[in-house]
Amino acid sequence: MYEHLETAENRDSLKRVVVDPVSRVEGHGKVTLLLDEDNKVQQARLHIVEFRGFERFIQGRPYWELPVLVQRLCGICPVSHHLAAAKAIDQLVGIDPAYLPVSADKLRRLLHFGQVMQSHALHFFHLSSPDLLFGFESDISKRSIVAVLGEYPDIGVQGVKLRKYGQEVIRMVSGKRVHGTGAIAGGMNKSLTKAERDYLLEDIDQMIDWAAGSVALIKKVHCSNLPYYDEFATLRTNYLGLTKPDGALELYHGGIRAKNEHGETIMDHIDYCKYNDYIHEEVRSWTYMKFPYLLSLGQEKGWYRVGPLARVNNCEYIDTPLAEAARVEFKAHSGEAMVHSTLAFHWARLIEVLHCAESIKVLLNDPDIMGSDLVAQGEKRYEGVGVIEAPRGTLFHHYQVDENDIVTKANLIVSTTSNNMAMNESVRQVAAEYLSGRELTEPLLNNLEVAIRAYDPCLSCATHAVGKMPLQLELVDAEGKLIDKLVKHSDGQIEREHG
Amino acid sequence: MSKTITIDGKTIPFEEGQTIMDAAMAAGVYIPHLCHQPEFTPHGSCKLCTVKVNGRNCSACTYPAMEGQDVLNETEELIDDRKKITQMLFVEGNHFCPSCEKTGNCQLQAVAYHLNMLDNHFPLFYPDREVDASHAEVMIDHNRCIFCTLCVRASQQKDSKDVFAISGRGIHKHLIVNAESGLLKDTDIDATDQAAHICPTGAILIKRTGYQVPIGERIYDHKQIDQVSLSTEHPKHGE
Repeated sequence: MYEHLETAENRDSLKRVVVDPVSRVEGHGKVTLLLDEDNKVQQARLHIVEFRGFERFIQGRPYWELPVLVQRLCGICPVSHHLAAAKAIDQLVGIDPAYLPVSADKLRRLLHFGQVMQSHALHFFHLSSPDLLFGFESDISKRSIVAVLGEYPDIGVQGVKLRKYGQEVIRMVSGKRVHGTGAIAGGMNKSLTKAERDYLLEDIDQMIDWAAGSVALIKKVHCSNLPYYDEFATLRTNYLGLTKPDGALELYHGGIRAKNEHGETIMDHIDYCKYNDYIHEEVRSWTYMKFPYLLSLGQEKGWYRVGPLARVNNCEYIDTPLAEAARVEFKAHSGEAMVHSTLAFHWARLIEVLHCAESIKVLLNDPDIMGSDLVAQGEKRYEGVGVIEAPRGTLFHHYQVDENDIVTKANLIVSTTSNNMAMNESVRQVAAEYLSGRELTEPLLNNLEVAIRAYDPCLSCATHAVGKMPLQLELVDAEGKLIDKLVKHSDGQIEREHG
Repeated sequence: MSKTITIDGKTIPFEEGQTIMDAAMAAGVYIPHLCHQPEFTPHGSCKLCTVKVNGRNCSACTYPAMEGQDVLNETEELIDDRKKITQMLFVEGNHFCPSCEKTGNCQLQAVAYHLNMLDNHFPLFYPDREVDASHAEVMIDHNRCIFCTLCVRASQQKDSKDVFAISGRGIHKHLIVNAESGLLKDTDIDATDQAAHICPTGAILIKRTGYQVPIGERIYDHKQIDQVSLSTEHPKHGE
């Protein structure tokens, strides 16, 4: 582990290198490195530099606005926020998950499968595939989806269309591809018409084929350079996520399970409404993102990873056949109880895309999604917790309301927050192993971003620019004098300016 | 022979006692408006229905139709003025369509679309306004009030109550309710009152009903406000 690189001694005497912003991720973050005279890395941090404030400004609003209001946190996975908030406000109208009408439950699951599918496809094909297909230190002009479309047109087009299909599922269920409505307290506001169902059924077999092809692709990429892929930014951590009661992979609703690096159970089937008894958050002064940890293990050892790698690691099996076969292969490749490779996030992510495509087909053939019993109502309550497996991991929404239905308190633990410690540790590892002692170049720098990108962090909401984010790298000596500067302009051009 | 006026060159008949708005609507001519509803006494406050009558600006909802009037309605200048008025309405309050439950059913939003309003143009005021959720069934979100007084008139003229009023002047103008506490819960409003349903924006709402109408089935999802206005406010033109 590389915790010693979180805070260096004698910080004033070190050179500071900043990667700002980190590109091809959702939102704004930066990496800072402190180097000594020999360019050895003494400190490495991933800072999240934006502050959103949603938890504060939804206070004073009526609770039924929450699913529509908080989904504006994000343009990539708004459905996750929409559904987590909806699950929380279900409780405010007295409806626990078991009492949600069957049609509403299945429509929400369909919506969520569409969401996870499109978000994962976006991340793999649009944001990460350039690194994986062309190499981490490849020419910068290649590191975009446009280059992928040029050199691997079939893969590029399949990626774009897989994402589009997920978006179409979202549009059919919620009325819009991004930021629709759909889930309301106690249910859904519409079901699918036969025409809508048939429209989605037209292409689903093709999507399953392409999703299976993408799993084969990532397996080939990963295994063609196995030692490197299994070691790059790799961490042996705890893993947390929801599972079904029988331990199967679950994205919409289940109990919390956490396992340690050896695959031993830390906790299982925990009612997520009591998350506060098991998970706390720590604040550090140098980032706006908190550091959650498992209370039972404490701050030092209790941090964990969430997301596709955690889910596929944690589950006993996947309840769709192709994804289950892919999971078995995935788990077998490492020879360990848990797969710890950070780059294996990509592999696990694509297994989930396949699972989503298979599950969408099952649901589309289920007449319940065209049902008319859509909303249930019970006794009013004053507190609600909604937890869901968002594409990037376990997402917690927790609200309190007053007797007038107005939100008085809100707490959100967003998936990326849970991976904060892991991303920092991966950054420290890459800085120590691949950058330390070398002259910094832009391609070398991309290694840091590749490590962060594997987690598919959503640092805020809708902002991402494929390969176009301006980037500035400064090398400053111990006296604060600029000795080297690389600037990536928004048109992708790289310029070296000497201090 | 009936009397006539012309609107944008088109001859329109009218009956004695009709306003320009009445005559226009009866003839299927849409003049944008927010504070006007044919069933209530005209108020003439939103100024969106400003037309040019023989060269002078007048509110079509209050100005009587008279023989020989030459009325201009859809001129570039008037449309531009209406757009500016709408922009001012947006910046004076806190109108955040993306999360507002009235979106798709909101007349202010629909008029803005109709006038091709693409931005706020003016700096936002971000006024500090309250939400009154004290009543069990009805809620006031003062952030979205445009002082059209439709609720005031509906309460008096249809519900035979006197729940709402406008207080203050100029920038300090605000909606008040008829209770010593100043809270809606202490008034005699009912969720079935017309005043609780008349608001053209999302300022007066029936609680716990937001977002129940799916996208695609909301009032303005497939029709512009001119079509909706003519068909609902003057049934002769309904489909």
